[in-house]
Amino acid sequence: MKTLADLRAIKEKAKQEMAAREQSATYRISVAMGTCGIAAGARNVMSAILDEMSKRGVQDTSVSQTGCLGYCDQEPMVQVTGADKNTITYGKVTPEIARSIIADHVQGGKVLTENVFNMS
Amino acid sequence: MHRNHVLIAMDAHTIAQGARSVRDALKRELEMASLSNEVKVVETGSLGIYNKGVVLVVFPDDVYYAGVKIEDVSEIIAEHFIKGRVVERLRYTDIPEAEEVKEVGAAPRFGKQVRVVLKNAGVIDPESIDEYIAHDGYEALGKALTEMKPDDVIDEVKKSGLQGRGGAFFPTGLKWSFAAAEESDQKYIICNADEGEPGTFKDRLILEGDPHCVIEGMVLAGYAVGATQGYVYIRGEYRMSIDRLNRAIKQARANGLLGENIFDSGFSFDLEVREGAGAYICGEETALIESIEGKRGEPRDKPPFPPSVGLWGKPTIVNNVETLANIPQILLRGSDWYRAMGTEKSPGTKVFTMVGNINNPGLIEVPMGITLREIIYDIGHGIPGGKGFKLAQMGGTTGGILTEEHLDLPMTVESLREIGAGLGSGALLVVDDRQDVVELVENFVEFFDHESCGKCTLCREGNGRLLELLRRINNGKGRLQDLDLMEDLAMTMMKGAFCGLGQAAPIPILGCLKYFRDDFVKKIETAETALAA
Repeated sequence: MKTLADLRAIKEKAKQEMAAREQSATYRISVAMGTCGIAAGARNVMSAILDEMSKRGVQDTSVSQTGCLGYCDQEPMVQVTGADKNTITYGKVTPEIARSIIADHVQGGKVLTENVFNMS
Repeated sequence: MHRNHVLIAMDAHTIAQGARSVRDALKRELEMASLSNEVKVVETGSLGIYNKGVVLVVFPDDVYYAGVKIEDVSEIIAEHFIKGRVVERLRYTDIPEAEEVKEVGAAPRFGKQVRVVLKNAGVIDPESIDEYIAHDGYEALGKALTEMKPDDVIDEVKKSGLQGRGGAFFPTGLKWSFAAAEESDQKYIICNADEGEPGTFKDRLILEGDPHCVIEGMVLAGYAVGATQGYVYIRGEYRMSIDRLNRAIKQARANGLLGENIFDSGFSFDLEVREGAGAYICGEETALIESIEGKRGEPRDKPPFPPSVGLWGKPTIVNNVETLANIPQILLRGSDWYRAMGTEKSPGTKVFTMVGNINNPGLIEVPMGITLREIIYDIGHGIPGGKGFKLAQMGGTTGGILTEEHLDLPMTVESLREIGAGLGSGALLVVDDRQDVVELVENFVEFFDHESCGKCTLCREGNGRLLELLRRINNGKGRLQDLDLMEDLAMTMMKGAFCGLGQAAPIPILGCLKYFRDDFVKKIETAETALAA
């Protein structure tokens, strides 16, 4: 390291990894991980989300897990809460859809309308 | 990338309570549950929670678990990490609410605590230079080396009003300017980590929790005074601090933050660790220098002071761990920011270690000027068992005695000096009203008698004779005139001993004789009556 810029590059990279400790994230993603969710493949969805986030260098987003949401046949389910506190719930999420959620919704700000779970 | 970070406090206290085996179990069981790529285990310094066993924090959930044993690990993993449910049985909730920090650049607050020196302790992994850098680490060094002249650095430290945190509270910037003014082919920076004052363990926890901030402070000091070599003189018993420091030095070297031509500025600095062998006197700066030179640890005649003639006869700055840990923050945020904390004559914060009869013992950092009452009752949660407050000793075994009448005295250098006490090393011993003062004093003097290096008669003989007198009183053979004799001897030592050890040793004795003379008298008279009967 020879310049302040070198130092800041290390700083940015380390901050991204440490962002998982922040609670002030703009987006909060939660993956339903009840028995039903895990049986339907929620673990692979979780891995895909974390992998895609790290590939894309997504910051300001926290990932957590939650229990069964009560719609077991719609699992795996993923909820994305934005800064406006609005929560979008996705159903029957595959690892591919999960990657799109990161790319289009979290980074692009566009909800994946056809994958949104409709309660009615 | 990980969804959860589990921070496990790894300091000498938690390790003694099994933190290492809990960490291993955690890693092993996360592996078995195929969660190791989702949940990261991070070792960190003290979280400031004591006597509560092994402590973990789960982020981003911000859930604290205390008293965690190996057999609890599988439950935490199954419940918290797989099902997302908090294990209430182990949850620890007595965390002072972190206040919302509105002001830009303000130091984080935890109730009445303000963290400058300890801002990273329990937050980052002390074995990772990247995490230190993520929290503004080495930014002050980069700024100073590329944008500031050495004199600017000294000026900023002078303006901050920072005073040495080893106990003498000498203005740090002034000390630096003395060494900077010396013409010499070689100068040295020494970090005094020979923390030998009983009840003091702040330097250990700073080094265990955030070793890089001390290294950064030393390089900055070197740049300011024109020194290229540093030594950390550290107690040999501080195994973990030594290991973490050595690891941090290696990382800093690998990143070009120690060694030749740092930040392409033409300035070079390197440092080495020197282990002490357990002598209390080696915390005295000239005895420390003698010890680094390989000689017997005995104090030197002063003047000349180390900034003029120090290690191997060269200009040398000796600064305490906590003093150096303040430096990067002061240079990064400026002296005005620093002066906004504490009082006019005692700016900044002070790290204290609270021990004795107190509900919540441990390590705290508070702004200067806080009262003893706030420290003991608000932060320390008072005295156990509803007992009354008898006395507090501020600053380690050589510290002055504070009583009930001092509870609302602001803890600053100047206010304590007025009553003949001092902040000292920052150890605060709280004593409740069940304790026997005369036995307490005998205990202090026993320590000095053992640790006196023997160089001067007043300290060597003085402590020995004081101990004899105290033992005589405690064994029921005391005489009332012994009290005057002790006072006379103590005053002589204060005025005539060669170094700080012999000069400061009588302080607590005189304090106890002043405030609790009745306890001594009662003990002597009770024994006399019993003998007569």
